[in-house]
Amino acid sequence: MIKGRIHSTESFGSVDGPGVRFLIFTQGCGMRCKFCHNADTWNRESGTLMTADELIAQALRYRSYWGDKGGITVSGGEPLLQIDFLTELFTLAKENGINTCVDTAGQPFSRREPFFGKFRQLCGLTDLFICDIKHIDPGLHKELTGVKNDNILDMLRFLSDIGKPVWIRQVLVKGFTDDDKYLRKTREFIDELKNVERVEVLPYHTMGAYKWKELGMEYPLEGVEPPDADRIKAAGDILVK
Amino acid sequence: MEAWRGFTGRKWKEDVNVREFIQNNYTPYDGDESFLAEPTEATRFLWDKVQALQKEERKRGGVLECETEVVSSLTSYGPGYIDEEHKELEKIVGLQTDKPLKRAFMPYGGIKMAAQAASTYGYNVNENLVKIFTDYHKTHNQAVFDVYTPEMKKVRHNHIITGLPDTYGRGRIVGDYRRVALYGLDFLIKKKEKDLRYCGDRNMSEEHIRLREEIAEQIRALHGMKKMAEIYGYDISRPAETAKEAVQWLYFGYLAAIKTQNGAAMSVGRISTFLDIYIKRDLDEGILTESEAQELIDHLVLKFRLVKFARIPSYNELFSGDPVWVTLEMAGVGMDGRHMVTKNDFRFLHTLENMGPAPEPNLTVLWSSRLPENFKKYAAKISVDTSSIQYENDCVMRPVWGDDYSICCCVSATQTGKEIQFFGARANLAKCLNYAINGGVDLKTREQVGPEIRPITSEYLDYDEVMHKFNIMFSWLVELYVNTLNLIHYMHDKYYYEAAEMALIDTYTRRTFATGIAGFSHVVDSLSAIKYAKVKTIRDEDGFVVDYEVEGDYPHYGNDDERADQIAIWLLKAFMKKVREHHTYRNSEPTTSILTITSNVVYGKATGATPDGRKAFTPFAPGANPAYGAEKNGLLASLNSVAKLPYEYALDGISNTQTISPDALGHNDPERIDNLWHILDGYFDKGAHHLNVNVFGVEKLRDCMEHPEKPEYANFTIRVSGYAVKFIDLTREQQLDVIARTEHKVL
Repeated sequence: MIKGRIHSTESFGSVDGPGVRFLIFTQGCGMRCKFCHNADTWNRESGTLMTADELIAQALRYRSYWGDKGGITVSGGEPLLQIDFLTELFTLAKENGINTCVDTAGQPFSRREPFFGKFRQLCGLTDLFICDIKHIDPGLHKELTGVKNDNILDMLRFLSDIGKPVWIRQVLVKGFTDDDKYLRKTREFIDELKNVERVEVLPYHTMGAYKWKELGMEYPLEGVEPPDADRIKAAGDILVK
Repeated sequence: MEAWRGFTGRKWKEDVNVREFIQNNYTPYDGDESFLAEPTEATRFLWDKVQALQKEERKRGGVLECETEVVSSLTSYGPGYIDEEHKELEKIVGLQTDKPLKRAFMPYGGIKMAAQAASTYGYNVNENLVKIFTDYHKTHNQAVFDVYTPEMKKVRHNHIITGLPDTYGRGRIVGDYRRVALYGLDFLIKKKEKDLRYCGDRNMSEEHIRLREEIAEQIRALHGMKKMAEIYGYDISRPAETAKEAVQWLYFGYLAAIKTQNGAAMSVGRISTFLDIYIKRDLDEGILTESEAQELIDHLVLKFRLVKFARIPSYNELFSGDPVWVTLEMAGVGMDGRHMVTKNDFRFLHTLENMGPAPEPNLTVLWSSRLPENFKKYAAKISVDTSSIQYENDCVMRPVWGDDYSICCCVSATQTGKEIQFFGARANLAKCLNYAINGGVDLKTREQVGPEIRPITSEYLDYDEVMHKFNIMFSWLVELYVNTLNLIHYMHDKYYYEAAEMALIDTYTRRTFATGIAGFSHVVDSLSAIKYAKVKTIRDEDGFVVDYEVEGDYPHYGNDDERADQIAIWLLKAFMKKVREHHTYRNSEPTTSILTITSNVVYGKATGATPDGRKAFTPFAPGANPAYGAEKNGLLASLNSVAKLPYEYALDGISNTQTISPDALGHNDPERIDNLWHILDGYFDKGAHHLNVNVFGVEKLRDCMEHPEKPEYANFTIRVSGYAVKFIDLTREQQLDVIARTEHKVL
C-alpha cells in the first residue's frame, strides 16, 4: 500500500461537501497563496505517513453520523499532489460505499500523461469536486499564488465536459480578489461550465495568520481586514447569483 | 358528557394504568409542522404580561416577591392569576401563591433555609412561623443534622461529597399527573383507600406501619387537591371530559406538587402524547380548533414558565440561573414498535416559537433514529433556532424503563407512576484522587479528611502506586457517600414526605438510589497522563502535592482514543460496583449519573490541581463532557468517546453538552437542520444517552455578557449540563465558564 502524507484529520465537517463529513487534510502544496490559512500544510516532506486502510478505518468510526449524504472529504494541502494515494483511498472508500469529495485548487492538473490518465481514474471514484478559483486573471493569479491558472481553469472545463459535479469557491480578500470586474469575469467563466452545483464566497479570515508566524514567515496580508457583511453580500450577488 | 367516550382498551378502566390507556388510544403523526397555529391574542397578551413581570423580577435582583406570613399548602391561598383583571384570558389556571412569580414560604425542608431565602432578598419571615418550625415542628434539615456523624459533617464541609439534598427538597419524584385527568380524584382516592385497608394486615412490621401512614398522607393530599381545584371553581373529583379539562386537571395535579414541595427538580413528566389523545378527540368531534388546541398548550407552558421557589445563595451557586426542571418529554418509541410522536409534540415545541425561547419547561425529546423524519427535522430546527431543548436516547432507556418513563430531573429516567428516585447529588472523584496522592489531606482546608494512608512521596507519579491508593480512597468515599444518602432519605421521608406526588404513584413503588460523579473527565485524563506520560509532582513547603507538570503527550478522553476511553469506562464501572456493595435505603436499586448540572464550577473551585494539568480551584468540565481543550479531533470524535460509556452502569444518566457554532453546522438553516438530526441519529445509534445542543457562536455569548440589557438577550436561552437557562441569569463566573468551554469550529 502507498502511504499518504497526512497533515491531520477532523471528525466533523459540515461545509466541505454535502452532509456530515470526515475530513482528511493532506500534507504538501505547490501553491503559495498569500491568504493561505493552512500554511503549515505546504511542506511536502512533513506530515504523518498513513495508509488508505488506516484512514478509512478511522473514517468509518463516524459512519453512523453521515446518513445518506455525508462521507469523506480530502482537502489539504493539495490532495492531487498525491493522486496515487488518493486513488487508492477512494477505491477503498467506494468498496465501503462511502461518498467521496476532493477539495482542490487544481494546481497539479495537466492533460499530459501519466497525470491525465490517473486523474480520469480518480474522477470515476469521486462524487464531488470542490474547486477554488483563487483568481480569474492569469497575471494576478500568479502574483497571488505563485503559479499560473490556465491548467486550473482547464481542469474545471474538463470536469464540465465529463459532467462531474463541482462546487466552486472564491476566497474574498480585500484589495486582492474583491474587484467587481474580476468577480464578473469569474462568473462569466462559471457560466460556461455545465456541472456547477454551487458557488460559494468564502470571506477571508485571519485565523490562519498565526501559522505563518509559527513557521517563521512574514504574513503577507498583515493588516488586511476580513471583508464586512455588505461586501460579502455584494460579491455573492455577482458570483452566486 | 361521558369522560371515556371513544376511548378503547379495558385494563386501564379497571385499574390505574395510564400506559395502557396511551398505547390503546394514541395516534402516531408522521406529517410535518405545517398544521401548527400561531399564538392567539390571549396568548400574546399573557406572555407580554409574564415577560414584564420577569423583567421586574430581574430588576429586583432575581426575586419579585417572597411570602413571609403563609406556610405553603394545597389550600393556603385563594385563586391567583397572571392578570386578575383579565383572568378570563387564561385558559389554564392555577398559581403556586396568590400572585405570579411570588415565591412561597416552604419551611419543611429546613426553617433556616426558608428564612434565609427570604431574607437574602429583603423579606423577613414572620417570627412566629420561625419559632413554630424551630421549637415545635422539626424540619428535614434539622433532622439530618441531628444524625450526621462527625465524619459526614467533615466530608460535607470539605466538598468531597456536596450538593446534598439536606438543605433543600430532594425533588426528582414525578407524580403521574395524568391520572388526575384520566380518572378523577374520587377513583384515585378509592384505590388508595383499598391499598390502605389491607396494607400490613397480620404482618404489622415497621415497614408496613410507615407505609400505612404514608398512604393516609396521600389520601389526605388527594382530598386537598380537590379543595385546591374548587378554589379555582373546578370539580376534579370526576375524570376530565374535554381536552381543556384534561390539560387543566393534569396541571392541578402538578400544581399540588409545586405548592407542597420545593424539590431541586420538579418534572411534570411524559404528558405530551397523553394529552394528544384528548385533543384529537375534541378536534375530531369538532368541539376544538387547532388554534384552541395550541392555546391550551401555550397556556399550560406559560404556567410552567412561572414556577419558582425561594432559594438560598449556596443553592443558586450549585444550580445557577434559578432552574426548577419542569422536565417534559415527547416522542420515543413504544414497545410495539410504533413511534410515539404525536401532533402534540409539535405543539409543545412550537411554544418556543409562539412565545420565544425559554428555559422552562425543560423540553426533552426522547430520540430514536426510527422517529419520523418530519419530526426529527422540526426538533432540529427548534434547536438551531432556540438552543432550548435536550435529547435523550429512547433506544437505551426503553429496554430498562419501558415506554412510559419520564425524565425526573435533567437526564434521569423513572417509570411514570411506578417508581421514585432518591436523589443523591454527587461525589467529587477528582478530589478523591488528590486525597489518594496527599494521604487523605484536603488541599484547601488542610484537614485530615480521608483515611490517613501514607502519602505518595516520589517526584514522578507511578501509575500502579497511584491506582492502589486511589482505590483505597475511592472505596472509603463511596461507602461514606452511600451511608450519608441513606440517612438523608430516611429523614426526608419522615419530615418532608411528598404526599401529593406519592398519591399519584403506585403504593408499592420501585425505588432507585441515584448517586453521582463529579470531576469525571479530570480523573480519566489524570490517570491517562500518569499512565502514558510522565507526571511530575510540585510540592509546597509542607510537602503536599499542590500542582503537577506533565512531560510528554498522552491520550485525552474526548478524542475517540481507546486508551483514554477505556479508563473512562473503568472509572464508571468501578464506581458503580463500589456503590452496589452497600446497603441502600428502603431496598432501593443503586444507580449513578455522570451529571454535574452547573455545580462543576463550585466543585472545581473547591478542588486543588489535578494531574491532567487542570489548575487548582478552577472549574471542572460539566457532566460527562471531556475537559476543556482536550478535544483535538472535532465534535464527532468527542461524541464517540462519550457514547462509549455504558448506560447500564449509569442508569441515572450520562450528560453531555455541546455548543456548535452555526457556521460550523452548515451553510444555511436547511443544511444545519439536516446535519444536526444526522448527528443525533449517529450519536444515539452508537448507544449514547444524552445530548444538550446549543447552536450559537461564542461572540454572541460575549456580547450578551457585556450587554445583558439588549432586548434580544432577554430570553436568550442556552443549554447547560442537564437544563436550560437564560444566559443573563447566570452568575458572571458561570458565564465565563460557559464561554471557556470548547466550541467546535471549522477553521
